[in-house]
Amino acid sequence: MKTRGALAVGVAVIGLGLALAGLGVNPYVYFAGYVVLQYVVIATAWNVLGGYAGYVNFGTPAFFALGAYTSIFLIEALRAPLPVLILSGGLVAALLGLGIGYLTLRLKGVFFSIATFALSVVLQTLIINWEYVGGAKGYTLIRPPVPFFRSWGVLLFTLMVALAVVTVLVARTIERSWIGRGLAALRDDEDAAECMGVPTLRLKLFATTLSGFFLGVAGAPFPYYVTYVEPSSAFDLNYAVNALAMPMIGGTTTWLGPVIGAVLLGTAQQVATVTISSELNLLIVGVVLVLFVVLAPEGLTGLVRKLRRR
Amino acid sequence: MMRLRTSTLPGWALVGAVAGTLVLAGAGVLVARAADPIRIGLGMALTGGLSANGKPALMAIRIWKDDVNKKGGLLGRPVELISYDDQTNPATVPGIYTKLLDVDKVDFVVSGYGTNLIAPLMPIAMERKLTIMGILGLANNEKYKYPNYFQIQPSGPDPEANWATGFFEIAARQNPKPQTIALIGADAEYPRHAIAGARELVKKFGFTAVYDKSYPPSTVDYTPIARAIKAVNPDIVFVASYPPDSVGMVRAAAEVGLQPKIFGGGMVGLQFTTVMTSLGPMLNGIVNYDFWAPEATMMFPGIKEFFAEYQKRAKEGGVDPLGYYLPPYAYSAVQILGLAIEGSKSLDQQKVADYIRSNEFSTIVGKVRFGANGEWAKSRVLQVQYQGIKGTDVEQFRVPGKKVVLYPEEFKSGNVIYPYSAAQK
Amino acid sequence: MISWDLVANAVVAGILLGGFYAAVSLGVSLTFGLLDVVNIAHPAFVILGAYAAYMMNSTLGLDPILTGVLFTPLFYAIGAGVYRIYYASFERRGEESLRGLVFFFGVLFIIEVALSLTYGVDYRLVEAVYIGKSIELGGIGIAFRLLVPCVVGLLMTLALYLFLSRTFYGRAVMGVSQDQVALRLMGADPVRIKTIAFGIGIAAASLSGALLITIAPVVPSTDRDYIGRVFAIAVLGGLGSIGGTLVASIILGVAESLMATLFGPSWSLAVSFGILLLALAVRPAGLFGR
Repeated sequence: MKTRGALAVGVAVIGLGLALAGLGVNPYVYFAGYVVLQYVVIATAWNVLGGYAGYVNFGTPAFFALGAYTSIFLIEALRAPLPVLILSGGLVAALLGLGIGYLTLRLKGVFFSIATFALSVVLQTLIINWEYVGGAKGYTLIRPPVPFFRSWGVLLFTLMVALAVVTVLVARTIERSWIGRGLAALRDDEDAAECMGVPTLRLKLFATTLSGFFLGVAGAPFPYYVTYVEPSSAFDLNYAVNALAMPMIGGTTTWLGPVIGAVLLGTAQQVATVTISSELNLLIVGVVLVLFVVLAPEGLTGLVRKLRRR
Repeated sequence: MMRLRTSTLPGWALVGAVAGTLVLAGAGVLVARAADPIRIGLGMALTGGLSANGKPALMAIRIWKDDVNKKGGLLGRPVELISYDDQTNPATVPGIYTKLLDVDKVDFVVSGYGTNLIAPLMPIAMERKLTIMGILGLANNEKYKYPNYFQIQPSGPDPEANWATGFFEIAARQNPKPQTIALIGADAEYPRHAIAGARELVKKFGFTAVYDKSYPPSTVDYTPIARAIKAVNPDIVFVASYPPDSVGMVRAAAEVGLQPKIFGGGMVGLQFTTVMTSLGPMLNGIVNYDFWAPEATMMFPGIKEFFAEYQKRAKEGGVDPLGYYLPPYAYSAVQILGLAIEGSKSLDQQKVADYIRSNEFSTIVGKVRFGANGEWAKSRVLQVQYQGIKGTDVEQFRVPGKKVVLYPEEFKSGNVIYPYSAAQK
Repeated sequence: MISWDLVANAVVAGILLGGFYAAVSLGVSLTFGLLDVVNIAHPAFVILGAYAAYMMNSTLGLDPILTGVLFTPLFYAIGAGVYRIYYASFERRGEESLRGLVFFFGVLFIIEVALSLTYGVDYRLVEAVYIGKSIELGGIGIAFRLLVPCVVGLLMTLALYLFLSRTFYGRAVMGVSQDQVALRLMGADPVRIKTIAFGIGIAAASLSGALLITIAPVVPSTDRDYIGRVFAIAVLGGLGSIGGTLVASIILGVAESLMATLFGPSWSLAVSFGILLLALAVRPAGLFGR
């Protein structure tokens, strides 16, 4: 019943997205919407590991960029179509996720975060020196004529709506299954969970792989969106910050938290880019982050829960 | 109970977000209908890595707008500028320009500053058949070959190679002719292009490359690099670098005693006033690319007035106080657009583009004619040599003779001091 | 064919660089290693210190490093204030790590913006008599621009080491991470001790900022280049180990320098972080970990 209800909501959202795509509203909505939805995917994916399992991945840019660069490689080598790109981008990033999963055997807490950050630096250096995908010069993608849709903006927006819905549904399913409970036990006390018979390693590997997969998925269409990818923007620190901040603002313990956080902060950033459009933009992000973690430590969902309880 | 709550919330959240964006978009449309000025839109790096140049560029473009409006606008209509901060992040560009085009309904767009931020604008412009003025992009149109793209950096029809041609010609002309060369550049977009061009020129002029390496832009200490280059003892050292590494290389060269016969080439940053005043005499003898210098040969009509106004505003704006590098070119980019709108008496993208393509423009950076790929028909990348710099006073850089133009011939204002060590005395 | 002269020079340059890295990382070693505060805004305080040095240098012509020393009390106070906010908002509630990280990211952004609003976004450099000069000792060239920061970094390391091992407050800081109850029994208030330690950490950051601007030009966003480096060094050295921080700094400095000289600088950063990854995989507590 629960799952069917969620599926219905998911389908409805995709329908809404398609309707919006067909409606011919202002094209700017698609571009801004794409970015916001991309963050819904990133925040949700990050939260599977960071929120549910309590392992703070600081290497989000590595996964995102890996998705983007897998796409570039496949475009350059095979002219692969978009669905293949998304799947492969996800799979390659999932492999990296599996790799960092084994890191969790030895590294906990902040050590894990720093290791993922280091991974990001190493990977960026590799990409910088790999001329085939553009290297430091960057890669320019010439988009073919858009299939089925009115424009690339509409296509990419619709695609992101679908990806976001799938990601959120998967995260929600995990959260409510024994896996989610196992991860929560692991987050609260890993040793105790292990003693209780929770298969911690398998769960952690599952979480890192899945989280990596969706982070890669978020990055895979990126080359089509910007049409020009270079390492410093694909490995932008902003992805690490947002991936962390959005679930934190929304609340990390439920699937809804990252969605709300991504929609709010993502939209705020989009709006600020075209309204305030100066240093103050970054200042607002900074102030919002500080205020939120200080005043609403459980995120918005936690705040709402607290208010209702009163 | 709990279940009900969580399943209704996402719907609200999404509806709210969508409604929010729609309201925003709607508000934009209303504003657009309210007046009838000619609107020119752009994203510019006001924060992030390129903002040290982006801010002065926007200031220059604003000066042009005020100049034009003082004279009664374009086609009798006032000009309005709409600009957003692209945060030096290419990922913001598609959003910013669709907002400009679809919500703000601008009549023309100008690019942001730099190759990385022009690149994502290209497909948008092509899909909508826009005329775009690019501000300092290197080889952005090589892959696209879009006819309505024009670019103001005077790198010429073959940007990669033209970039350093002057440097190599000067080197090849010396007697006895230098033989060996070291190439060093940052792992970033522009330096990679510049080094690629330089490699071609090494072959063309018959030098021997004895060192060819790159380094990550966040390198702190450049003395190991300078020392490694010194160890192979090249006659020429060609450097393609961004501001922090340019400073690092110049200082490191002085410290380890790296003294090739010619040193410089493609260092970005030495043109900036704060860098010039900090390095001071350490600059003497360096031969480097540049776009403008206060030499008699570069005094085009209108440029004095421009700098007077710019330097006045720069004091309040906290940007480069002299503004000799990018600002006059940013001004010229929009100046050409304005001249083309007046000349073609049209706001039609294609007509304006045709006009730009087929005419020569008299701008504050001199006569400009566009050729293949929307680049300048003829390269005008200057090679200048820093000479006779004493101390770190900023005033000395306002007068001729400190940044002597060596190349190209028609703008030459002095002779090269050769070898490098002779200019350091 | 490797020239030993070059290798020797590279090692020396690496050690000099390492001394500077130690200065930048000491504060992290203290706040992160001993207090368990993930102060990701540490590099932003470094840049703040660099701008203080720039300001005094460009207006009064003061030596950047002298300015750095003069400003340490001010930054100590700032650090103490920041810790109080942090304590009241997170530690007292017992929910520090993750939220603290986001909090300090916010602080980092706020500092960056404040700097770019005040000083603009131009590259800033300082002037000092020792910049651009070098001495030659037995075939090994030493640039003063790097020697001076290295010496200051070593002095800072020594001072912090002596403080932690010889003074009452220093020992209390060492104790605060291990046994707060015992500390209370000794008559020391853990919060006060932590405030002092955090203040010292930020003061060290500001002084290292003065060193940074002596070595290289600075813009408000330069701090982002150092986030990875400082935490890598603190972790590699073994959290809370001051000597370990110095050793790790020198290892990274020498590795970067040798790579740059002998194989091409392109991979130097990746090598540093590769060493970190390797070290973490083999010995998660770092070289000199507790």
